[in-house]
Amino acid sequence: MKMKGAQIFFECLKKEGVEVIFGFPGGAVLDIYNEIPNSGIRHILVRHEQGAAHMADGYARATGRVGVCLVTSGPGATNTVTGIATAYLDSVPMVVFTGQVPTALIGNDAFQEVDIVGISRPCTKHNYLVKDVNDLARVIKEAFYLARTGRPGPVLVDLPKDVVQASTEFRYPKRVDLPGYRPTVEAHMGQIKRAYQLIRKARNPVLYAGGGVILSGCSDELIRLSELLQAPVTTTLMGMGCFPAVVKQQDGSTDLHPLWLGMLGMHGTYRANMAVQHSDVLVAVGARFDDRVTGKIAGFAPKAKIIHIDIDPTSISKNVPVDIPIVGDCKNALERFIAMAEEEPIEGLHELRAPWLKQIDEWRRTHKLAYKQEGEVIKPQFVVEKLYELCDGDAIITTEVGQNQMWAAQFFHLTKPRSFLSSGGLGTMGYGLPAAIGAQVAFPDRLVIDIAGDGSIQMNIQELITAVCNDLPVKVAILNNRFLGMVRQWQELFYDRVYCATCLDAAPDFVKLADAYGAVGLRATRPEEVEPVIREAFAVRRPVLMEFVVEAEEGVYPMVPAGKDISEMLLV
Amino acid sequence: MEKNDKQKHTIGVLVENQPGVLSRVAGLFSGRGFNIECLTVAETHEPGLSRITLVTTGDQHILEQIVKQLNKLINVIKVYDFREIEFVDREMALIKVRAEPATRAEVLRISDIFRAKVVDVSPNYYTIEVTGNETKIGAILELLGQIGIVELARTGKAALARAKKN
Repeated sequence: MKMKGAQIFFECLKKEGVEVIFGFPGGAVLDIYNEIPNSGIRHILVRHEQGAAHMADGYARATGRVGVCLVTSGPGATNTVTGIATAYLDSVPMVVFTGQVPTALIGNDAFQEVDIVGISRPCTKHNYLVKDVNDLARVIKEAFYLARTGRPGPVLVDLPKDVVQASTEFRYPKRVDLPGYRPTVEAHMGQIKRAYQLIRKARNPVLYAGGGVILSGCSDELIRLSELLQAPVTTTLMGMGCFPAVVKQQDGSTDLHPLWLGMLGMHGTYRANMAVQHSDVLVAVGARFDDRVTGKIAGFAPKAKIIHIDIDPTSISKNVPVDIPIVGDCKNALERFIAMAEEEPIEGLHELRAPWLKQIDEWRRTHKLAYKQEGEVIKPQFVVEKLYELCDGDAIITTEVGQNQMWAAQFFHLTKPRSFLSSGGLGTMGYGLPAAIGAQVAFPDRLVIDIAGDGSIQMNIQELITAVCNDLPVKVAILNNRFLGMVRQWQELFYDRVYCATCLDAAPDFVKLADAYGAVGLRATRPEEVEPVIREAFAVRRPVLMEFVVEAEEGVYPMVPAGKDISEMLLV
Repeated sequence: MEKNDKQKHTIGVLVENQPGVLSRVAGLFSGRGFNIECLTVAETHEPGLSRITLVTTGDQHILEQIVKQLNKLINVIKVYDFREIEFVDREMALIKVRAEPATRAEVLRISDIFRAKVVDVSPNYYTIEVTGNETKIGAILELLGQIGIVELARTGKAALARAKKN
């Protein structure tokens, strides 16, 4: 039976198991929109296409499934670019469908025409312009396959209007044929053996885990391996949640996991950075030695032999020379390490490791992440700690970018993967609210909290109405310091306190703003108001904006100045 | 070769012949700050496949990244890293050279020596076609340069791995 391209589009989406798409209509995609009512697929109407891209991203990070968005040509397409780049830098599986002017008009500077395939080429894993309706099903199949396999990433498919109007027989290909795309999944056994021999002899090993652990779903394997080796674990921002920060004690109280070091890098914990600098074997698992992690490259982990597991060969030895590269899926590699560690356990493991763990414990005791909540003014860290306490840690956290993001990473103790959604690579302000909405669409009954700043929340505040009208009860906690706080902190420390263009004294009344959107607005200005506000926010099943008027000039510490060794931390 | 020595280096890239492939390869070089000294691209005997030969400069670390990044492109079928493989390479140049009565014979002599061909003749200019490796092209250009090159078009390198002996 012949079908229109627009119908084929939805048949393909159904074959891929897509349940929801995030989008915004326009002239070039009207034929596709016309089919939505018959498609059985849910459509979330956003208010800006950047929001659609971040929602698809948040949905993908929270579920592990491919996020999908649909926008029109021209400005609709360009508005998604920041969202696509965000997903690309953090390896998020996503397919973005953009409308395009009819093929006969391409290149004519037609109304709402833009070369989005050209524009998005450097920030997608791959992209397509479909010129013939007979290619449509194959391209969509390939797009989803590319997005979710190997190192995941966003794929863009550009759909000219005449292509989705044309008709053809619908046949969904059973398999993809991509001769140039064969990711290495199985880790090389010889390399694993060599690496394990190194680890066996290590006295001060550290496991350094990144977003790849979450993407490949191997948190359990990471935990198991760390126990078998009695090796402490640090994670990158992208890896947060892949190792439990806290464990429940027998009396019901919680304590930091003894092998948990916290996040490393520029705003990492003292013990994580010191452990890396003193390690003799560093095992990087699905992490990419970003400059925010390594500080000065030449001084990073100077005593360590480095083992690096990554599915993307370009990540290996890109920034830091690696002693034993292991290309493969993290889960596969960790399973092989575990098998080896169980077969040939390290003799006298606990005695061997005791001095190292004692040293780490001392770093932990002497240099805690700390702040003092005293006086009349709310400390932002206090808000994050209260959020954590009052939901018992059981929430999906999204963040904006800047101080709010770092305090969230430092003070909200995560225990599960896919529960911390944050723009790590690109550092996109305005990510948190739409990402929270995307996560809430996937998990309508879970608590989803966007930890935000007063600067970044204004970058995609328009999506509040998307949350309200779709009955998505996301909670936004704005740490309002009346500054672009992280930039202000850099100005304070490195730019002679010239606070140029970082003061946000002129701000909307966030409570009235929430009210205007039909959400619930709450405000706390004194420390004792923090808990009641959070309790009230958690109790209502509606979107809530909580404004916490916090200390204006609080900084994020520890801090490693850019270009320094990560042991050179500013501590207050 | 020292790790940090910058070197010229030839890479062959077998790609799917699809719109935008050249732009993906070129964009990878510009976007990541790699150099392209020259680049040729044309279809191969296999339908749907094209071969790009490019010459780049960089130290070992950069070359490593270039090869890996090229391999990562979805439309790239195979990358020939000619650091590790013996290869033959040739380039063709069309050289329009001043050929006045006094110098004409010299131009022809030089062409003969290099087994070049005169492909266009006019009262004051000869256009010469020469094929060879970089050294040979460089040598004829130097000699003809003394007589007077008016215009020059070079194809850039084409390279293939040498077949295994026996």
